[in-house]
Amino acid sequence: MSHLSVTAGFLPLIDAAPLIVARELAFAEEEGLDLTLRRAPSWSALRDLLTFGQVDAASMLSPIPVAQALGLGGGAAALDALMVTSLGGEMIALPDHIARQLDGVDRADPFALRAALPMPLRIGVPFPFSIHAELLYRWLGEGITVQTVPPPLLPDAMAAGELDLFIVGEPWATGAMDRGIASLLLPGTTIWRAPPDKVLAMRHDRAEADPDLTGRLMRAVWRACRWLRLRENRITAAEIMARRPYLDLPPDLIERAMDSGVEFFEGCATFPWRSQAEWIGARLARRHGLDVAQARHAAQAVFRSDLYRLHLGPAGADLPAASSRLEGAVSEPGLHPAAAGRVLLLPDRFFDGAVFDPDTA
Amino acid sequence: MKPLSIVLIEKIPERAVLITEALRAECEVTVIDSDQGLARRIAEIAPDLVLIDVANPSRDTLEELSLASSPMERPVAMFVDRSDRDLTRAAIEAGLSAYVVNGLRAERLRPVLDAAIARFHLFQRMRAELTATRAALEERKIVDRAKGIVMKARGIGEDEAYALLRRTAMDQKKKIAEIAQAILTAADLLK
Repeated sequence: MSHLSVTAGFLPLIDAAPLIVARELAFAEEEGLDLTLRRAPSWSALRDLLTFGQVDAASMLSPIPVAQALGLGGGAAALDALMVTSLGGEMIALPDHIARQLDGVDRADPFALRAALPMPLRIGVPFPFSIHAELLYRWLGEGITVQTVPPPLLPDAMAAGELDLFIVGEPWATGAMDRGIASLLLPGTTIWRAPPDKVLAMRHDRAEADPDLTGRLMRAVWRACRWLRLRENRITAAEIMARRPYLDLPPDLIERAMDSGVEFFEGCATFPWRSQAEWIGARLARRHGLDVAQARHAAQAVFRSDLYRLHLGPAGADLPAASSRLEGAVSEPGLHPAAAGRVLLLPDRFFDGAVFDPDTA
Repeated sequence: MKPLSIVLIEKIPERAVLITEALRAECEVTVIDSDQGLARRIAEIAPDLVLIDVANPSRDTLEELSLASSPMERPVAMFVDRSDRDLTRAAIEAGLSAYVVNGLRAERLRPVLDAAIARFHLFQRMRAELTATRAALEERKIVDRAKGIVMKARGIGEDEAYALLRRTAMDQKKKIAEIAQAILTAADLLK
């Protein structure tokens, strides 16, 4: 059987696991795909590879396709988020001299921490369009100043005293703590229990023009996510991801970093809720002075829950009854209405209990 | 016309020199060779164009500049797509990304980028040649040493020793250098 060639791009991060596993454990091959993976040096480089067709798909920060739809940033083509590939996994960390000022403050209480942080802080994020940046704005307010510090440059930036606080994904967070340049303040999931961190992205015109390829790739990645939900599989995953073409790091570091609370599958984690995109779009629009209603409308179209239903429903994925939901409304794991039967949803509360309602403009 | 102001973010001194030389006649080129405070330094220089290696992770810092909205800061937008997709593709394939200030006209940009792309290619070629030359030199040293060992062990001349190495390599479908390396390793063990 001749296989369809497809190339996908990634950055060397824990949540590239679904793509790497899809290739290495032959979930892609089962779908008749010859999946080649290409490591990119930065998010803007990965976006350009996707834009100019040097890769067909990418494991991408979820706000990048949304920002693109809003006309923000340097991208040049409309991108679709086909499915969510990871929830959470962001870590907020800080150097010792700031940590000392928080002695005696309850680390589990985001309100107390916020009140105790010495403002203004110089805050590092991995990319201007990232769930990392959104979590910090959501927690500390829109008045903060963030700057982009690519994770490989974090140690230098910390050594030069350029940052008071940063938020970063794994394995960078664990790596930074191992090196003693920062200590953990709190995980991003304290601010939002289930933030959509990475998506499987494809150029909109490509996904439309080639539904067969799109479907095969989605099924392969979704099965990889399902495989990753089992803890015992994560040891194997860490071994594979440690290899040179992928993260090129010691497996034990990757294994520990995998324990950072990143969710690949459970609770419909892979479902691209239109309301998630709308939340991101609304936040970006407000911050950049765009029309919020228009932005929300443009944003929700980017998360392709329609393609998810089309391609993953027949493969056995749980399909919620609606494609939009109240974001932040689930406090306890529970069963919710589905297209057929019921589906399990996991908590997705914000730290302050506020609920984002996609039906109110 | 005022010369274009260009910031080149480049840590490899040889490549920085190559590109600067190519552009110096038409442009004012400032080379930045470190990542420290990159966004601030670019904002201070306020260039028309920023050139950066695609492989440099600091590209993501530049992305932030495209969002600068204060009137004191000059908006920088990546030029991709806007006017000339082929040119952009050529740049990306050469390993170069370019950020231009909004409104810089394509006819001023094109010759600069063409020159920069050509220099990127030239540098890649030079580096590939250098690596190949080094490897060849290294191999010749290994073969020479192995030849000496064979000559001494078997009491034969240089040409004969080389012929023996070559024949063995052909028989085993290996490179002469690999056979030579094996001889060196074995000789070391038997010392």
